[in-house]
Amino acid sequence: MTDLTRLTLAAARAGLKSKDFTSLELTDAYLKAIEAANPKLNAYVAVTGEQARNMAKASDAKLQAGQGGALEGVPLGIKDLFATKGVHTQAASHILDGFKPEYESTVTSNLWRDGAVMLGKLNMDEFAMGSSNETSYYGPVINPWRAEGSNAQLVPGGSSGGSAAAVAAWLCAGATATDTGGSIRQPAAFTGTVGIKPTYGRCSRWGVVAFASSLDQAGPIARTVEDNAILLASMAGFDPKDSTSVELAVPDFAAAVERGVKGLVIGIPKEYRMDGMPAEIEALWQQGIAWLKAEGAEIRDISLPHTKYALPAYYIVAPAEASSNLARYDGVKYGLRVTGKDITDMYELTRAKGFGAEVRRRLMIGTYVLSAGYYDAYYVRAQKIRTLIKRDFELAFAAGVDTILTPATPSAAFGIGDEDMNADPVKMYLNDVFTVTVNMAGLPGIAVPAGKDAGGLPLGLQLIGKPFDEETLFAAARVIERSAATDFSPKPWW
Amino acid sequence: MSIDAATVKRIGRLARIRVEENEVEKYQGELNAMLGFVEQLNEVDVTGVEAMTSVTPMTLRRREDVITDGGYAERIVANAPLSEDNFFMVPKVVE
Repeated sequence: MTDLTRLTLAAARAGLKSKDFTSLELTDAYLKAIEAANPKLNAYVAVTGEQARNMAKASDAKLQAGQGGALEGVPLGIKDLFATKGVHTQAASHILDGFKPEYESTVTSNLWRDGAVMLGKLNMDEFAMGSSNETSYYGPVINPWRAEGSNAQLVPGGSSGGSAAAVAAWLCAGATATDTGGSIRQPAAFTGTVGIKPTYGRCSRWGVVAFASSLDQAGPIARTVEDNAILLASMAGFDPKDSTSVELAVPDFAAAVERGVKGLVIGIPKEYRMDGMPAEIEALWQQGIAWLKAEGAEIRDISLPHTKYALPAYYIVAPAEASSNLARYDGVKYGLRVTGKDITDMYELTRAKGFGAEVRRRLMIGTYVLSAGYYDAYYVRAQKIRTLIKRDFELAFAAGVDTILTPATPSAAFGIGDEDMNADPVKMYLNDVFTVTVNMAGLPGIAVPAGKDAGGLPLGLQLIGKPFDEETLFAAARVIERSAATDFSPKPWW
Repeated sequence: MSIDAATVKRIGRLARIRVEENEVEKYQGELNAMLGFVEQLNEVDVTGVEAMTSVTPMTLRRREDVITDGGYAERIVANAPLSEDNFFMVPKVVE
């Protein structure tokens, strides 16, 4: 039998339906692969083998009877940010030690409703704060990719680094992820996988550990554009329990994948041509333009003048919201408690010990920009700039642009423990320079692998869409995927 | 604007994060680096611009003010580091 773990999600689903193999066989193949790879890649922080096999058996019974949902029997990995009933849910933080929720997030509930099987919980940057998966309490995830002729360990990106690495290394058929500033798209680009951040409001945030509530959005990471479309269709949908969930029918995303780009207007924003951008990123972008043009799209130069202010504005808005959201971790309701001489002492010691350095830094800056006397100068100004960033996109779309093509990241994956980035947090933040605008404006964005750098590492392109027009993104991303016709499989060393 | 050592300690108290004496300088450097990075926002003319309150054009849904959930205190305290009779236990707060 061929290696079942290598199948795309769509192929696995088809094979299950036609009874070429059972969900238990597929699930066991993934569990075996995880057992072998995880000591080296550190993608999973908890493996739920018994639960997975039980879910698989239940799916097999349905499949045998010719029943079952859209994902019946398909094994998935779940980012540690999603609440899963009775199962490890810690946002990869020390402060949530031992937390096992009494409830299930809406997104994962939707996946189980459709028959998916949970393999375990995936590593991530602590509270989704990071771009390299190095801020996790459980240690960094290692990228399954290595540069040609090198055995140096690379980061998988972040914050959904465990999701991206697990998908790339065939440790699940697809994964859930979340994106606050680029946390789906940047790791997808670093691992040669596909990831979409849907429009804000498309997926329910209920039961997803909050980081920055006005920016957070769940989405899938998978090996192909089609797999993303299938997963998003199950994850998305209106939820009365999330007040920002949008009451819109979920389109048949998979039906849009092969729609093509003929007649579409693709915007190319000049502000994304950054100073010092590597020549191979520029070349990749030009290649993407050529592919879309060859398939009948019209290419149009556009301007999004406030682009450069998105990242600094994000580093006010996101920490401010985080400082409020993370106030709940106080050693009383769940997780870690460090006892002190009185209650305030307990709060301060618990939070100093429970949060890692990056989280503490962001909570400190968030507290500062919201404090008396600084609120208008920082927070209100940043929210005004956010209005301008969104307006830039609205004007482009109103002028007839259907989707916008940009690079996904300013570079390929970098090394674990990169000295430059560790010495200067702002350098690390620049990883999100192309993706963060999309969160600030609440738009959908997809990252799709499009080429490789000189060292053979994957590079991605990003497509940005109109609100609730993920379908056009799937169609355009599929054209890039098909035109690239490149094998984005890492060479197994683990 | 630049943050001094006293401000670092004050933010630590507001954020309820213990800042040890030997950590002040590191925090000070990092926070000032972040404030330096966001300083460029002052270049932008925001006259007459509304601050964003919702990224999607929607009004917040309302519902009837009725009880729709609850009645399971034992599940609420199930993850507490310390609880008794379905109450969260904390150090004494009133003398």
